[in-house]
This record gives sequence, structure tokens and C-alpha cells, in this order.
Amino acid sequence: MNDLTSLAPLLVAVPLASAALLLLLGRAADRWGHWLGVLASTAAFVVGAVLLTDLLGRPADDRVLDVHLFDWISAGHFDLSAGLRVDPLSLTFVLLVTFVGTLIHVYSVAYMAHDAARRRFFAYLNLFIAAMLVLVLADSYLLLFVGWEGVGLASYLLIGFWNHHTPYAVAAKKAFVANRVGDIGLLVALMLMFATFGAVDFDSVAAGVGGASQGTLTAIGLMLLLAACGKSAQFPLQSWLGDAMAGPTPVSALIHAATMVTAGVYLIVRSAPVFEGAPTAQLVVTIIGAITLLIGAIIGCAKDDIKKALAASTMSQIGYMVLAAGLGPVGYAFAIFHLVTHGFFKAGMFLGAGSVMHGMDDQTDMRRFGGLRKYMVITWVTFGAGWLAILGVPPFSGFWSKDKIIESAFVVPEVGGEWRAWLFGAVALVGAGITAFYMSRMFFMTFHGRQRWAQTSDGHDQHPHESPALMTIPMVLLAVGSVGLGFVLQLGGGFTTWLEPVTGHVEHHEPVLPVLVIQVATLVAVALGLALAWRQYLSLPVPEAAPAGTVLTRAARVDLYQDAVNDAVLVEPGRHLTRSLVYGDRTAVDGAFTGLGRLTVGIGELVRKVQTGYARQYAATMLLGLVVLAVVVLAPRI
Amino acid sequence: MTEFIAPDIAWAQLTPILLVLGAAVVGVLVEAFVPRRARRPVQLTITLAALAGAVVAVAALWGGVADTGGTDVLLGSVVVDGPTLVLQGTIAVLALLAVLVIADRTATGEDAFAPQGAATPGSGYEEAARAAGLQQTEVYPLVLFATGGMLIFPATGDLLTLFVALEVLSLPLYLLTGLARRRRLLSQEASMKYFLLGAFASALLLFGIALLYGFSGSLRYADIATAVRADTGMDALLLVGALLVLVGLLFKVGAVPFHSWTPDAYQGAPTPITGFMAACTKVAAFGALVRLFYVVLPDLRWDLEPMMWTVAIATMAVGTVVALVQTDVKRVLAYSSVAHAGFVLTGVVALTQSGITAVLFYLLAYGAATVGAFGIVSLVRERGAVRAAGGRVTSGAASGGVPHVEGATATSGAAVATAVEVRADADDTDGEGAEPGEPEGPVLGEATHLSQWAGLGRTNPVLAGTFVLFLLSFAGIPLTAGFTGKFAVFTAAVEGGAWPLAVVGVVASAAAAFFYVRIIVLMFFTSPQGGPQQPVTAGSPDVADESGADAGARAPRAGTVVVASQGFALVAIGACALITIALGVVPGPVLDAIASVAQLIP
Repeated sequence: MNDLTSLAPLLVAVPLASAALLLLLGRAADRWGHWLGVLASTAAFVVGAVLLTDLLGRPADDRVLDVHLFDWISAGHFDLSAGLRVDPLSLTFVLLVTFVGTLIHVYSVAYMAHDAARRRFFAYLNLFIAAMLVLVLADSYLLLFVGWEGVGLASYLLIGFWNHHTPYAVAAKKAFVANRVGDIGLLVALMLMFATFGAVDFDSVAAGVGGASQGTLTAIGLMLLLAACGKSAQFPLQSWLGDAMAGPTPVSALIHAATMVTAGVYLIVRSAPVFEGAPTAQLVVTIIGAITLLIGAIIGCAKDDIKKALAASTMSQIGYMVLAAGLGPVGYAFAIFHLVTHGFFKAGMFLGAGSVMHGMDDQTDMRRFGGLRKYMVITWVTFGAGWLAILGVPPFSGFWSKDKIIESAFVVPEVGGEWRAWLFGAVALVGAGITAFYMSRMFFMTFHGRQRWAQTSDGHDQHPHESPALMTIPMVLLAVGSVGLGFVLQLGGGFTTWLEPVTGHVEHHEPVLPVLVIQVATLVAVALGLALAWRQYLSLPVPEAAPAGTVLTRAARVDLYQDAVNDAVLVEPGRHLTRSLVYGDRTAVDGAFTGLGRLTVGIGELVRKVQTGYARQYAATMLLGLVVLAVVVLAPRI
Repeated sequence: MTEFIAPDIAWAQLTPILLVLGAAVVGVLVEAFVPRRARRPVQLTITLAALAGAVVAVAALWGGVADTGGTDVLLGSVVVDGPTLVLQGTIAVLALLAVLVIADRTATGEDAFAPQGAATPGSGYEEAARAAGLQQTEVYPLVLFATGGMLIFPATGDLLTLFVALEVLSLPLYLLTGLARRRRLLSQEASMKYFLLGAFASALLLFGIALLYGFSGSLRYADIATAVRADTGMDALLLVGALLVLVGLLFKVGAVPFHSWTPDAYQGAPTPITGFMAACTKVAAFGALVRLFYVVLPDLRWDLEPMMWTVAIATMAVGTVVALVQTDVKRVLAYSSVAHAGFVLTGVVALTQSGITAVLFYLLAYGAATVGAFGIVSLVRERGAVRAAGGRVTSGAASGGVPHVEGATATSGAAVATAVEVRADADDTDGEGAEPGEPEGPVLGEATHLSQWAGLGRTNPVLAGTFVLFLLSFAGIPLTAGFTGKFAVFTAAVEGGAWPLAVVGVVASAAAAFFYVRIIVLMFFTSPQGGPQQPVTAGSPDVADESGADAGARAPRAGTVVVASQGFALVAIGACALITIALGVVPGPVLDAIASVAQLIP
């Protein structure tokens, strides 16, 4: 460890200290607190950049560095030290999180300018950055879990930030539930790892995989996948993401586009050794990715709320990443590549949506937009860059990353797995077409066509206007990334080579179709989607009231009935369980023994006269419990 | 007739116990001979000195035990080994912190105890005692006696000592439970229930002891363990005896289905006592349970495992689920303590060496958060309505008296209770000498209904923040002691082959996070006045327990106020917070220390 890597703890410490300071100083810091937040995030980025230069100066096989922090838990033969791992994968995340994070901090200075609790908001943002960096820098699953819970907590605070509206509190709760389900997965995986390998740090797990049975590895893999599904809004835990849009828009840009929701992809790529030993789990990962990709795309087509449409799109794009991560070494690098480019263009579009809302009195209904191009030129251009990037139009960023994923999906994973190549390839291809449709729909409905807002302001007129420079500058920078980052990173396979110390070197595999055919097919699908959106939302007038729509549209509007399914499958049984347990705890046993008590009149009356409330019933519960336990103990002997 | 041979007693090994029990006896004498005015400072000094002395004595014994592995004292009646010392140290530290909370009279100048425990609630005698400014200083010797019993409990080496220790620790607790200054009927009812059920459990335990004696011909753990190994063909006697003894202990830890006293007793008892009893009793009882389970009964594991699994799973499930629908903060914490008993049981059932370490660590982590949390509850009070200038109680205050009736008094006594409590409440108002025209109403009892905690994070961020810390520790969020503890017991369970228990535990703790977070949301994200009922019951509007049922009938109070501590409680809460953080961030040293001595000697 040289001097530079010892800087790594600062990545976490600086934003954390800033968050603590902002919370502790209270109102005293109201005037300048937000700039402290920006500074802390910037400082973390600078440290990340310094570490990058250090890492680039090393030979490729020397790019995995461990920074020991302190001995954390040592119980018996279980020794765990808290440490940070700086390697190409974690550093990629560090740079993404801190760079995009800093831009969003700057944006928030203006966006939240009128909020009385702006200082607190920045404290939470810093807290989130710190937790996210712990998550990606951890050298063990346990420390990763600390960051995992930390981002959950911070996002919970941020989604619920505007908690004066009930729906926001409900949204925060829903996100909390989905994340807890995911956490169960991670915790169970942790315990399985501990039971199997006797340790939970990445190195020991990777080393122990060879000696573990495939069944165990599959179980661990599936539990990790469950965790990833909760965090990354993958099927079947995807429903919270749309509701989480209730939070302030910069939060959506930071958490729900660039950073936290991608933690699941990180987890899967980081756990590559486990998944390599568990082909079944790997296949499930791919399937989940494919399903979510399609679900998200379909939902995105029907949403009229600009942020919810973007959320559906995020879901779908992360589906691409998970699909790629499930493909194994062939896909790891591309999953992360798409994650990075997506972080840029999606965050840029979220900020663009925030800018539109800023100029439109917090209106989010795209049917009330239209023709905003003239009023918000910068927003239009930057959003447009993101739009072209997500469509995968060459040479924008998304083209380089998404195209690689589609190509990889067409690769035959193993002998006899041709059907998989065709299936997943086709899904990825169709997904690209649908993506083109709903993103173009969003773009046209917002910035082009007839103005549908002037006559629909309730009470007062709307005056759309461009946002202040503090908001547009981050958008411009992200737009630059959306345009050029993909091209730069793929030059000479630079990004995949950079990640090789973590993801391993992969021989090139030929897809079932020639690469050129796949590329052309993708572009045709995109063009079709675009043309369809053009015809429906630009040539034809957009009605201000949503049409009834087909069955599919109506289903997509309500997230394909995911909430109803959740209610039926999870909430209702849970409610019944609660009710019966509470009932049983207080009533059933009482009832049974009241009956008995009536039979034994003398005792019953006596007990009733003593008037001890329920003491008699409590004693009866104990007796009944004792009898049951006696049966449990003695039954095997009889 | 054999000649009586005086046993050779290693008095030094008993120092912690002797110090505490001796101080308790001195405390009784203080009650008799020291003038009333001086009693409180004298009692407090003696109590704190004795408990601090016990901590020091444990530390002094540590080195020897770490070297030798421990010894038995009093011909094996008391065993001083590593786990004993860890548990005794934990109990002494937690009791010390709890006494600080007990001693705090807050800015109102009143402690949490009835001025005259023997007075009928609402009677003139009570009023006279209040007017005379009486204070129930017997509380301190009672706490010391209970602590003394707790110190013996995990160290017992035979069944008779086990029973005596159980009674020594229980009887003072029954009394203390009934001594609340406010809501006295609720308190006395809780005391009564606790006593009746405790007596029932003691009887079961005693019966079990008799059966085990019949089986083995000895009360000594070591002898019984030997008899268990030698197949005597009296398995039914052994199994039923073991079951009954275990049930007696499971009652004390509050495991389902022997938990029903917990919510009522925890709610009715004076809050500082609740903290003491929730933390220290559980530590002591689990200590005894671990010793019994690991030393006497390991050979019965195949017989007892299904039963212990059933109890552990039921405890986690019931504690978690029923806590979800509670609307009283003390009842929430009570059910959460039931759930925690279930988590600890998973570690006990593991029957591995790391299981002992995990259980001991968990108890310390849980105890610290519990004392701190109840300490905070004791500071959050209701404020009565402002009195009119003419000295007449305004209608707000009059109707505000009704909510004092709650909990389990859903019997025909409720009407009487209402009348009495309203009167008692009005008396409270007089007692605190509200000035006519005073802008703020008098400080009343604890604001335990969850809706009254709404917005506390905005008015008292530091206090609420500390409470959040304890809740996060209960919930097992990383970097708090609770996480380390949970991780330790669950991994121990997995290691011991009890992975289904661990899975249930993980799911239960995930679900349990809801009601902790609900309180956090309530404190920080809900405004004090803006419809406080909705967020409380929103999660399950159709489920109402008996304390929820009267929520609708509650008249709004003038508000919730945090009373200033005299300092004692703040020290205790601060110390608990420090322990909670320290054991979460750097648990290594403590885990190491526990693991190095976590060896039970037979």
C-alpha cells in the first residue's frame, strides 16, 4: 500500500463528516450548508480521481488494492476486519457516484432554493454518498451490507423528504418494504456464506467456491439475486421504483438513475465467483433481467407522468444490465459499461425533467406539456442528447454499451444452449425497439407538438422558463457525457480491459448471428419504435385526457397490476397472519378457556370475582402452551 | 446422625453477590434509622456504591477465572466461571444505569414512584402523603435485593439455589411493579398479574425440580447431568421435569407462550423499573437458561430441540407481529423484548461454543438499548390543559383524565377505575401547583401513546435522535450493537445446524424493523398536531388490540413535553448510547473478551 491508496478512507469520511456537521450545526448552517455539501462531494470526487491516476500508473495485475481499516468482529474463529478494496470495479463506481453526485448537488442548490429545510436535504445527500461509497468500496459482504443498509436509510429519508404529503410517506414505506425483502436475501446469503466458507470477505468467498457444493452456491446466488432485485427494482420487487418518484427530482436522478438502483448489478458482478459456480442461479439472473427489461419497457409506454415514465425506463435499462451480468464473464464488463453510460444519460434526463417541472409549476403530466422546445432550449438540447443516447443511436454513449449487451445476449452460453441465445437476444432486441418508442413518445410529448399547457393552468397562467445556470450547467455536463463518454470508453476496448482484473479476461465469442446483422436489426427496431412514436405523438395531436386505451395500456398504467398482485400474494396473507396471531394471542385461548371456565362453575365464578382482568387467561395460555410443549417433547418417545 | 462439617467457603468469589445483598440489608436499616429527609441521598449513595463495587469485584475476579476457568463455591451451589462473570458484570452495569434512571426526579421534582405505596389510589391518605412530600425510598433496597438475586441466578450450580435466587429476584420486582406514581390502578393490576403468573411459573419450576430430584437423586447440576448420561429408564420423569424447569425459566425470559405477563407488567410498572426489569431480568434468566441447557441437558438435545425450536419460532413470530399493531410505546417495547427473547433463544438452541458468546454479547447489547430506551420514555410527558384563571379545571383537563384508563382493564372494573383515575389525575394537577393563568399546563404522566410522540424529532432532536439509535439497535441495523448481536446469534445458530431458526430470525427481524421505523417516522416526519392518529394506525387500520381500542376515545392532551432530567437519567442514557455505538462499531475487544472465557464448567 503506498501513500495514495491510504487516501481511500477519505472517500467515505469526508461526506460523512459533512453530513454529521450539517445535521449537528442546525440552523446555524442554513446559509452556507448546501455549499459545504457540494464541497464534500467534490472532495470525494477529487480523491477518486487521484486514486484513478494511481491505479492507471500500475500494471494491470497490481490494480487490486486493499486498505485495512480496523479489526471489526472477531468471535472465536470468525475474524473480520473492516477494509476497503480499491480496484477497477469499485473505482469505476466511486467516480460515477461522486461525479454525477457532485453535479446533482450543484443542481440541488438551485432546485431546492426555496425549501426551508435545504440544509437537511444536503446532509441526507452527503449521507447517501458516504453510504454508497461504503457499499462499493467494502472488501467484505458484511461491510457491503453496512453500506447497503445505509443507502436504504438515506434513500428512505430522501424519498420521504417532502413528507407533508401522504402519498410521499406511503411511497417511502413501499420502498422500505421492497428493500427489506431484498435485505433478507442478503442476510441469508451472508449466513450461508459464513456457514459454508467460514468467512464473508470477498477473497475468502472466492477462494472457497471451489470446495462448495453446487446446491449451496445456487442457494447463495439466488439469495444474492433476491437482494439485487430489492435494491435494483427488478422483477418481482420492482413496484416501489415508480412510487419513489414522489421524492424531489434530484433524488430521483441520483438514487434512482445513477447510483443506488445499480447496486444490485454491482452485487452480482462482484459475486461473479459464486455465480460462476452456480449456472442455475446465473440463468435465473438472466431470466429476471429479461423479464424486467420487458416489463419496464411496457410500463414506460403507458405512463403519462414524466418521472414515472423515466422510472419505468430505468427499471428496463437495469434489466439490460442484470441480463448482461447473468450471461457470465461475457457480459460483466458490458453490464458495468452500460451502467456507467446509463448513469450519465438517465441522470441527465431526470435533471431535465426536473428542469421542466421547475419551469412548469411542478406539473409532471406529459399531456399538459408540449412545445416546450422554444421556452427551454438548454433543457431541450440536453434532454435530446440523453434521448438519443438511450435509443442507442450511434455515436451516442448508449449505442456502444447497449449494442454490446444485445450482441452478448446472442452468444451461445454453453453447448446445447442455442435456445437461450435466440431467446435472450430477441428479448434484448425487441426491448430496444420498445425503448425507442416510449422515450421518443416522452421527448415528443414534452418538447414538441402543440402547447397543451397555456389553457390548462388551474387558477393562474403558466409561464414556462429556462432554469437558472446552476441547474443547466450540470445538465450540460451530463449531456456531454451522454454524447461522448461511450465512444471514449470503448476506444480500443479500453473499458473492458480496465475491468479485466476483476471480471477476468474473456475470449471473444461469436454470436449466433453476424455482429453486423445484429447491429442493423437493432437500428431497424429503434427506427421502427421512433417512427411509431413520431406518427402517434407528433403527427397526430396528443389528447389532453388520456384515452381509454387497450387492455395492455390500461394494465401498463397500473404497473401491470404489480400492486394488486403484491396485495393479494403478500399483504393480504400478512394481514390475516397478523390478525390471527393477535386474535390468538388475546382471544382464542381466552375463548376456549372461558368455555372451560363455565363448566367448572365454582372455579370460574371465583376467578371472575377476583377481577384480575385477563390473568386467568394468561395462566390458561401458559398451561395450554405447557401441554403443547409436553406433547412435542414426549410424542417421539411414545 | 452425621456430624455437621462447616463447608470451606471461598468468600472472595462471592464478592459481587455479597456486596449487593449486604448493601440491600443496610438499605433496610437505613429506612428504619435514618431521618426521612436524609434517606434518599443515603440510599442512593449506598446503592450506587454497591453496584459500582460489584462491577469492580467482577473485574477483579476476571483475571483469576480467565486463568483457571472458574471454580465452584459453597460445595458447588454457586459456580463462578467465565459466563457467570460476564453475566454478573452485565447485570451490575445495567443495574447501575437503571438505578440512575430510577433516581432521576426530573425537573418536576418527583420520581416515578407512588408517595406511599400502601395508600389506596385516590384516597385522602394518598393525598396527605403527597402533600407531605413523602418519597418511597424503599425502592433502592428492593432494587438491590432483586439485583442480588439476579447475580446469583446465572451462577447457580444446583436446582435449590436456582429456585431461591428466582424468588429473591422476583419478589422485589412484583412489589416494584405496583409502585407507579401515576395510573396506579394499572400499575397495581400489572403487579397483581405479574405476581400471580410468576407464582404459577415458580410452582411449575418447583414441580420440575422435584421430578428431576426424583429422577437423579440429586439437586446438583453435575450429578443430574451424570444421571442423564446413564440411562436409568425413567425418561418420562426426566423429560417432564426438564420441561417444567425450562418452562419456569422461559417464563422469566418472556418466551411465547409464557410471555403474556410481559406487555401488561411492562406497561403498568413505573417506567424506570420497566427498563431495569426488561434488561436485567432477561440477562439473568437467560444466563440460568444457558447454564441449564448447556451443562445439564445437552444429552437431551434430540428430545428438547423440537420444543425449543417451537418456542423460539413462536416467540419471534408473536413478538414481532403483535408489536406491529401496538399503539402504546411501552407495549411496543414490551413485545419487541419478547421478539428479542426469541432471537436470543436461537443462539441458546445452537448448543455451540460460539452460541454462548453470541448470547452473552446479545444480552449486553439488548440490555444497554433497553435501559436507554425506557429512560427516554420516562422523560417524555404529557402536558395537561391550561387551567382557567378562576382555579377551575377547564374542560380539556377534565376530559383529559379519561385516557388514563387503558391497558387490560377492559373488565367491569373499568368504570370504577375511570372514576378513580380521573380523580387521581385531578389531584396530580393540584399537586404540581399550576399557577392560575400559567401559559403552559402542568406536566403529567408519561406520554406513552404513540400519537403523542409525533413530531418529537422536531422539538427535541437530540433526545429523539438517541431514541432512534436505540431503535436502530433493536432493529439490528449495522454499526449498532444490535446488529453485531443478531449477526452473532444467527451465525451461531447456522453453525449449530439450526439454520431454519436463523432464517425465521432474519425474516422476523426484517419485519420487526417496521415498527421501529414507524416510530422514527412518527417522531421525525409527522407534525405534532397534524392528525397524529393516522400514521400510527395506517399500517393496520382493521386490527385493534385492547389498548388500540381506546385510542379513538382519547381526548387530545394539551401536548407532549420533554421534562428536563436532573442529570442522572441523562448520564444513564448517554452511557447506553455510547455502549450501543461502541459495540456496533468496534465489538472486537468485547467479543474477544467474552469468547476467551465463554466456557461453562459443570
